[in-house]
Amino acid sequence: MSIDFHAIAPELFMTGTILLVLVFDAFLPERRKQVTMPVGLLGTIGALIATLTLIGDHTRSTFGGMYVVDQFAVLFKVFFLASAIVVLGLSFRYMQEGRYYQGEYYVLLLSAFLGCLTMPSSRDLIMLFISLELVSAPGFLIAAFRKADPKSNEAGLKYFLIGVLSSAVMLYGMSLIYGVTGTTRLSGIAHALAGQAGDTNIALAAILLVVAGFAFKVSSVPFHFWAPDTYEGAPMPVAAFLSVPSKAAGFAGLLQLMFVAFAPKADFWAPIFAVLSILTMTLGNLVALRQTQVIRLLAYSSVAQAGYMLLPFALVTNGNVDLNHDAFAAAVFYILVYGVMSLGAFAVVIGLAREAPGALIEDYRGLAARAPALAVAMTAFLVSLAGIPPTAGFWGKFVIFQVALDRGDIGPWLAGIMVLNSVISLGYYLGVAREMVLVPSEIERRRPRVPGLVSGLALLGALAVVVIFIYPDLFARFPEGATLVGR
Amino acid sequence: MSGWEQTAVTLAVFLPTAGALVIALVPRGRDTTARGLAVFFTGAAVVVGIAILFGFDYGSGTGLQFDLQTKWITSIGAGYHVGLDGISLPLFELTLLTTFLCAVYSLNRMPEGASPKAFLALMLLLETGLLGTFVAFDLALFFVFWELVLIPMYFLIGIWGSGNRQYAAAKFFLFTFFGSVFMLLAFIGLSFQVTPHTFDIQALQQHGNTITHGLQLILFAGMFLGFAVKVPMWPLHTWLPDAHTEAPTVGSVLLAGILLKMGAYGFIRIAFPVLPYAALKWAPYIAVLAVIAIVYASLACLAQRDLKRLIAFSSVGHMGFVMLGIATMTTVGINAAIFGMVAHGVITGMLFFEVGSIYDRYHTRQIADIGGGVLRKMPRLGGALALTAVASLGLPGLAGFWGEVLALFGAYQPGPGLSVGLFRTLMVFGGIGTILTAGYLLWTVQRIDYGVVPERWEKVALPDTTAVEWTAWAPLLVLIVVLGLVPTLVFGITNDAVNGLIGFITGSG
Repeated sequence: MSIDFHAIAPELFMTGTILLVLVFDAFLPERRKQVTMPVGLLGTIGALIATLTLIGDHTRSTFGGMYVVDQFAVLFKVFFLASAIVVLGLSFRYMQEGRYYQGEYYVLLLSAFLGCLTMPSSRDLIMLFISLELVSAPGFLIAAFRKADPKSNEAGLKYFLIGVLSSAVMLYGMSLIYGVTGTTRLSGIAHALAGQAGDTNIALAAILLVVAGFAFKVSSVPFHFWAPDTYEGAPMPVAAFLSVPSKAAGFAGLLQLMFVAFAPKADFWAPIFAVLSILTMTLGNLVALRQTQVIRLLAYSSVAQAGYMLLPFALVTNGNVDLNHDAFAAAVFYILVYGVMSLGAFAVVIGLAREAPGALIEDYRGLAARAPALAVAMTAFLVSLAGIPPTAGFWGKFVIFQVALDRGDIGPWLAGIMVLNSVISLGYYLGVAREMVLVPSEIERRRPRVPGLVSGLALLGALAVVVIFIYPDLFARFPEGATLVGR
Repeated sequence: MSGWEQTAVTLAVFLPTAGALVIALVPRGRDTTARGLAVFFTGAAVVVGIAILFGFDYGSGTGLQFDLQTKWITSIGAGYHVGLDGISLPLFELTLLTTFLCAVYSLNRMPEGASPKAFLALMLLLETGLLGTFVAFDLALFFVFWELVLIPMYFLIGIWGSGNRQYAAAKFFLFTFFGSVFMLLAFIGLSFQVTPHTFDIQALQQHGNTITHGLQLILFAGMFLGFAVKVPMWPLHTWLPDAHTEAPTVGSVLLAGILLKMGAYGFIRIAFPVLPYAALKWAPYIAVLAVIAIVYASLACLAQRDLKRLIAFSSVGHMGFVMLGIATMTTVGINAAIFGMVAHGVITGMLFFEVGSIYDRYHTRQIADIGGGVLRKMPRLGGALALTAVASLGLPGLAGFWGEVLALFGAYQPGPGLSVGLFRTLMVFGGIGTILTAGYLLWTVQRIDYGVVPERWEKVALPDTTAVEWTAWAPLLVLIVVLGLVPTLVFGITNDAVNGLIGFITGSG
């Protein structure tokens, strides 16, 4: 069996980088450990270039079809590597000034990103499981990286316990699927489920168990409650990682499972996703209203946003190819847009970490007077998360509404609930903007000293949010071209 | 010439955005430059607007002019389609003029608070949203411009407003956002009713009668929420008194002068012609709500002690006349509605300017605290106020007259399919409303303008109208008189387009 090395070049690059960072870490003196970051960054850029060479290429399949590099996979890989660059940029000063074990941190972070890279190419249950664990396991560790802080220990432990629990449940489900269908290959499962094997209740139960594993990863209700505590306790760049790349990896896996492997049983699981989606967005939004700390607020916001991303899954119907393709494209588009705006919001929070390490909302009072550029950027991200023009988030919601209304039946009701949720979410997104812009600070605060790299990334993100709004085809074409679900 | 015709509207819409960006880049502390730039960019937009006025073919009937239609977002099916017709042209020009005058007014009367630079940038951004709403002929584009107004207005009220500004800003935002998201769902739902799916308003007009009646009623309900909140129609008006009262002068002028017209314009442009059956079914309810608004607002005005709040409430009533005109579904009624919108924009915009100037001098808006005698203390300001107030109550010969009287006239003989009895009853109540309106406005003029100057103000030096104020006000005062004397200035533009529109509504319904 020959291996297509071009297809796995990004992953090889990443693995090499991880090892290199490990070596550097071993030989660097304590004061100069921060050098591991540029090493990792260069490797990530290398992996990104390797991925870019795969664009437009025909579908590559290797390891006997277990590992496939198609346009869907390339799209997500580019996204993960781009967010890896951002997260590395956000980590640099933060980890250096916080006196963390920097070498270990970057090794673990990049390992998690390696898991992200393999996720969208995994076309086999076993490979999917490995990818998911590769994303999660380093995450458990770096979430608890603030060792002296009990909150961080709690963060890691909670994340770990719920993570392994859901992994176990998922693995059980996968074994049942294998038992029923006789294969672990996604396309094979789809074939078997469309035939005889799909009639058994065990298959349906197994689908639910597998979904549970991914529901944890994307922080969907009822597997969401680790998210706020973990985000709050973990170092801020780790929270950014959990909120975007880690969640997107979960969605990349879930998209493949649902739109490919389990598609023949859509009539069974789509209503379940409808319930999951409604509960997730409503609960996330309602609880976010009561938050006083920005990271926790963003955590609940990311729960609510996961609810929006789950909505297209609820619209899938067995056999309606056009609609399924549109639902797929809508979900992917929203995930990409969410990535930009959420990473941007975290960039601002991390940029202000020197002045406001606790990241209380009241710490941000009068920010518009102290740091106008950052305040404008943060406002853009919040407005985008709420889904209001002139920001990218508006089109994200728009395409989901479009598919939902096209679906008919329960679609318009789901769209209606999502609309009400958008109005609720305005309460807290606008709340933070109000504190920053309208409420003057009651105590004298200094002008924040923001690391140049971080503020640069934040402003770039704000620009991206507006540019994507003006010309969304720039972004929307990618999910259209992703070949996973054909027309 | 064709290149100019295609780009003129786009140029006018986005010149202010360019201005906002330039102003944002002006270094801190160079406020005078920023103010000059604001006047320059809004002025440039006005020049484009005047050129459009001269290039506009007034006899061409219903077609779109200065039309530009290109692809925009292919994955969504939204196009960039802008243009002008007789219905949108007056509102488009009104927006250009009013914002320019606001920029002039801001030359030396900047509200207290954070940086003037941000204030002007937001004002210009707001202008783009307002202008765009009146020229968009694609539902997705329309919605984008519609929502673009929210953020700048929120901050204009929230940062530079008076006492209760944060509450007012949030209420404004939540109300309008709540309404407009349902409108968005209706738009998307509507786009699926035509094959191939489209958001183009003109294409959708052609297919209005093919949509099933049940669905029309639902889609209309969604749009109604969006438009009615913006108008605002009773009982969805409660955000308005707060927002208008707390907003800075320029914010109030733009809110009352232009923003409210977006809702009524939406009814005329989208809801009525695209969903003719539903329009016929909804019209009686709209008319009833409109007349309730007229009577309710005039009674509320009688009870106000705050001058600015009084003017704010009067807007609810005036927009009631506009909505009554639209609901009659007649040429007369809709012509009256558009005229009423222009007149209200000019008159109420002017009233808010005057109230702002009174507040700047007295530092109070309480009618009792001002205590009368303005006409003696400041004859020019008092005189302008008196003229605007009698225009607002609908005195013949001034701008306010035609919109009100023709709306009532339209209600006497409503369009086919509407209950004559109901509309004539409504006409009577509307007529009572005009009497009450005259009552509260005259009473207000009496309390502010007449009488002797109270002792507390006797010794205080209060400068009369300044040159900058006159510059900003003169065009509006002239328009109040000219539109009153020569109403055909507006009717001549609107009539053909309205006739075509009525054709769509009745012919296909």
